[in-house]
Amino acid sequence: MKKVIKKHPIAIRWFHWINFPILAVMIWSGLLIYWANDVYRIGWANKTILKFFPDSFYKALHIPFRLAEGMSIHFVFMWLFAINGFIYVLYLIFSGEWRLIFPNKKSFKESWTVMLHDLHLTKKVPPQKKYNAAQRIIYTVVIFMGLGSVLTGLSIYKPIQFQPLTSMLGGYEWARIEHFTFTILFILFFLVHIIQVILAGWNNFQSMITGFFVVKKNKTLLVPVVVFAGDLEENEINQNDETIRSDENETVNEQKIINPKQEENNQEDGDSK
Amino acid sequence: METQNKQNNDEEIFIDPKRLRNKTAVAFAVFTIAILAAIFIWKWIHRQPNVADVPAPLRKVLNANEKVFSNTFSNKHLAKTYPISEAVKHVRVNGDIGLKRALDSNWKLQVIRNPGDTLWVTLDDIKALPKQDLIFDFKCIEGWSQVTFWAGASFSEFAKRYNLNAQTQMNYVGLATPDKEYYVGIDMASMMHPQTILCYEMNGKPLPLNQGYPLRLIIPVKYGIKSIKRIGSIFFSNRPPPDYWFERGYDYYSGL
Repeated sequence: MKKVIKKHPIAIRWFHWINFPILAVMIWSGLLIYWANDVYRIGWANKTILKFFPDSFYKALHIPFRLAEGMSIHFVFMWLFAINGFIYVLYLIFSGEWRLIFPNKKSFKESWTVMLHDLHLTKKVPPQKKYNAAQRIIYTVVIFMGLGSVLTGLSIYKPIQFQPLTSMLGGYEWARIEHFTFTILFILFFLVHIIQVILAGWNNFQSMITGFFVVKKNKTLLVPVVVFAGDLEENEINQNDETIRSDENETVNEQKIINPKQEENNQEDGDSK
Repeated sequence: METQNKQNNDEEIFIDPKRLRNKTAVAFAVFTIAILAAIFIWKWIHRQPNVADVPAPLRKVLNANEKVFSNTFSNKHLAKTYPISEAVKHVRVNGDIGLKRALDSNWKLQVIRNPGDTLWVTLDDIKALPKQDLIFDFKCIEGWSQVTFWAGASFSEFAKRYNLNAQTQMNYVGLATPDKEYYVGIDMASMMHPQTILCYEMNGKPLPLNQGYPLRLIIPVKYGIKSIKRIGSIFFSNRPPPDYWFERGYDYYSGL
């Protein structure tokens, strides 16, 4: 028999993979629209550090003079983005999955350890259930980024009919800046997410498709615990083992300990069959 | 709370390797099919015939958007107005379609009440109507906006004065420049909005030629593309009148 750990419910996998191309289309069509009035930059007075966006960027992606096309796509796919996101949030609430994603009291302190660990600045391995503290925070923030994109979008799409919303966001021009900023944040999130997924390896990636995580022999026994931690040395695993043990004493059922011996037996069972 | 924790913990199960292989294969097959389906849908959309320069399925949704968002429209929803001091001195000029020919010195507004029944209105007639100042944030479909200062007669006042009651019961108004090069179609509700004006002044002076002298439309509940300069004719219709930018791939409604 092989041991697997159930990781992502099928609903979450669908929400995730439906959202990915829709968000990509929204960002792409958004760029076609933004080009027509591309006034944002980072800098001060006459000094510009970063222009959104350089002409070479537009040229390479064939963005210029496609405003109408961008709008026709943006105002169709906006529905899919909003509906998928809305059902996702409802699902999180009613399935109880929110408990695994929303940050808890410890998350903010622990997320610091996660960051130091991921940057290889500490050997201390942060505790990980389905998601570690940093993941909880960022996956929750991303939900609010989606909500922010919808609200700022609505307030520049129909600024007069939704005047109270538009003025709450600081007026029409501010709402457009905010809408743009959410887009940049989504792109930054995407880049970090991709790097993390690559570092975490194939087993973690395929669990977003199959829903389960295959537990392999010995070395990788504790991989689900350290999904985003990259490669681990043997001593780190032991150390990790300890943190979990002490953790468990404090709070009930934080993480099951896998007995390596038992695991080997199981493997043998599986092989003999 | 404890049982809840148990439930939420990642669940470990033992599974026959063969079944594991099958499950994995099925999951990846579904994943691949979903990707292919997404690509197919995207390509299918773009293979469809264009309606006014937009693939038909997208155009259908844009038209449906109009139905959804025209429900939020109300004459009580006014564009925010500003004090004169906030209006810009240099108003952006963003288009000269329909303005290239010399203006006829005998210009009169042609109001087609019915086919064959035309009313001619002079600029002085329009100036005789109650004058309405309007300082609002003019919004261009390109994404920029400017607080600008306009004055004119509200279209609903104009319709009342010239007994256009039967006409304003229709669904749309069509407006065009004298040379018919530029033309817009506007739904009646937006046209009768209290801030929609037949405008003849900018910053307290007669409109400059490049801003549509002698008479232009200023309609704050729409993007600037609907604020047609140098109006030559107005007509009424139950069907959407031709619209310059709609034909070039933009949303017909373009409401704000």
